[in-house]
Amino acid sequence: MHDLSGLIAYGSVFLSLALINGIVCLGLNLQWGQTGLFNVGIAGFVGIGAYTSALLTSAPVDGRFGGFGWPIALGLIAAMFTSGAVSALVGAATLRLRADYLAIATFGVAVSVQLVLRNAERVTGGNFGVSFIPRPFASLAARPALFGTLNLVLVAGVVGVLYVALDRLMRSPWGRVLRAVREDERAAAALGKSAARFRLQAFTIGGALMGLAGALEAHLIGFIAPDNFESTLTFQIWTMLIIGGSGNNLGALLGALLVATIWSVTGLATGALFPPEDQARAAALRIVAIGVLLAATIVLRPRGLLGERLGVSRHLTGTTKP
Amino acid sequence: MSMQFVADGLVAGATIGLGAVGVTLTYSILRFANFAHGEFISWGCYLTLVIAGAIGAWVGPSIAPLGALSIGPNVLAAGLLAMALTGLLAIGLDALLFRRLRRHGSSITAVIASFGAALALRAALEAIFSSRPVYLSQDLQIAIRVGGLRITPDQLALLGVAVLLVGALQLLLSRSNAGRSMRAVSENPALARIVGIDVAAVIRLTWFIGGALACASGVMLGLVVQIRPTMGAELLLPLFAAAILGGIGSVPGALLGGLIVGLAEAAAVQAIGAEWRAAVAFMILIAVLLLRPAGLFGRTD
Repeated sequence: MHDLSGLIAYGSVFLSLALINGIVCLGLNLQWGQTGLFNVGIAGFVGIGAYTSALLTSAPVDGRFGGFGWPIALGLIAAMFTSGAVSALVGAATLRLRADYLAIATFGVAVSVQLVLRNAERVTGGNFGVSFIPRPFASLAARPALFGTLNLVLVAGVVGVLYVALDRLMRSPWGRVLRAVREDERAAAALGKSAARFRLQAFTIGGALMGLAGALEAHLIGFIAPDNFESTLTFQIWTMLIIGGSGNNLGALLGALLVATIWSVTGLATGALFPPEDQARAAALRIVAIGVLLAATIVLRPRGLLGERLGVSRHLTGTTKP
Repeated sequence: MSMQFVADGLVAGATIGLGAVGVTLTYSILRFANFAHGEFISWGCYLTLVIAGAIGAWVGPSIAPLGALSIGPNVLAAGLLAMALTGLLAIGLDALLFRRLRRHGSSITAVIASFGAALALRAALEAIFSSRPVYLSQDLQIAIRVGGLRITPDQLALLGVAVLLVGALQLLLSRSNAGRSMRAVSENPALARIVGIDVAAVIRLTWFIGGALACASGVMLGLVVQIRPTMGAELLLPLFAAAILGGIGSVPGALLGGLIVGLAEAAAVQAIGAEWRAAVAFMILIAVLLLRPAGLFGRTD
């Protein structure tokens, strides 16, 4: 019985983290899949959300900012707000320029966020990060299987709500304008739709979702450090979305589960196959493998596993074939 | 404020400038921001290290440093050979990845592909060499004084080499047939093809020049800081800031942009502290995008 409890606890934490990555993928799908906006600084936006909620909800610590003891739900909302606000600022500065400039600027955001997380020790705790972040159902933490399962249900519930909301949003007039802007900006402008405004809205909402995912991760694990928000995360999220199928929310979630599984299995394999002194190099080989997988998917199967499903409106039952 | 930051900033700026030239060329001719360019810098430096080590193993340990410099002729020869190899590496990456994307007509996904390639290239270095820092030269150099500033002979030589390389490239672009073809493809690839320019050859030449200069930048960096697999990736944001500040497509602009970014970073290190260095490039980048997106010498479009 004891073994089963451990397995359930491990499985539920694994699935919860995969689903949280799925939320980041949903955010990226709104930005890239639906609107065609680059974001190469995903880890930065996730990190901003994680730290916002962690600092607001944790207990006070001597010599560090934050520790206001807010309820977790308020922390999550604040995380969406700060990540969304930073997205809006970056978007406002760069969305009117060439597409690649947004990619470069978001990359700069990720670098700067890392810098602040590591160096502004009085606010972010520096390299040691923030610990003792309140966790949902904390009173049940002594029973790992139940605790893990309840957290998984919570995360799955959030994912479910977001999935339905995004699906409705995509079939709404707003979602149609996004795709119109992505496909042909001038045609959309001719119909009186301001491309810049719709792009900024999509980029901001996508960023807010990334912040929410970061905050959920912080509360699930109870501990965050700058290492969690390195560019490897950005790269994993892109791989998830591209493999799952950008433009398709179900594909985004499927890609998240698939890549998280590959990542986890290869991690177990390198852990078993390589001696401890070679672990760091073996971990590097995993990244090479995932990088090759991403590049191969872009070249060989650009639509991913599930390509975009073209729907016009929720008032029309049938979906048009691409 | 002491003016010492000028000497450090100029050397760092020349390093950034040489890398930014490659970024600006690939951006203007292939039309995408190459996030893998920083990895050419790291690969160039590690290739130089390996070749210099191999020459040392063949010739024996009796290689004397060149004049007042800390490096011997083996490092110099290795650097030249590594420049050619890094250029070929860039051409190879294009053949494997970017050329196929161009054929699909989706140059927009090239940015993501380059980001994936960057992590794979960096992780490969880590898998081969581990992340332990290594050095091109173990000698400690005594700085000489030039007009009140302390500067090492290595640094002076590096500045000279950078100016020489960029000057030569500018001559190539403005005076030679190859340079005219490159500018034509940058203006309008379809039209260039119609007048009989071999666009594929121009693209190969662009990658070769970008890779070779990135390698030179990597060797310069490797003489100043520790050599680690992340060294090029850490330079990526300054590279983009310099290329955009100089104006996309402008080779002298990229060098000037690099010098400005390098000087600003060195000034910030002196005034605020080394840990905030990387934020300077971001500030410059955002300021340019807000105030003058075309950069100093760029065309508005």
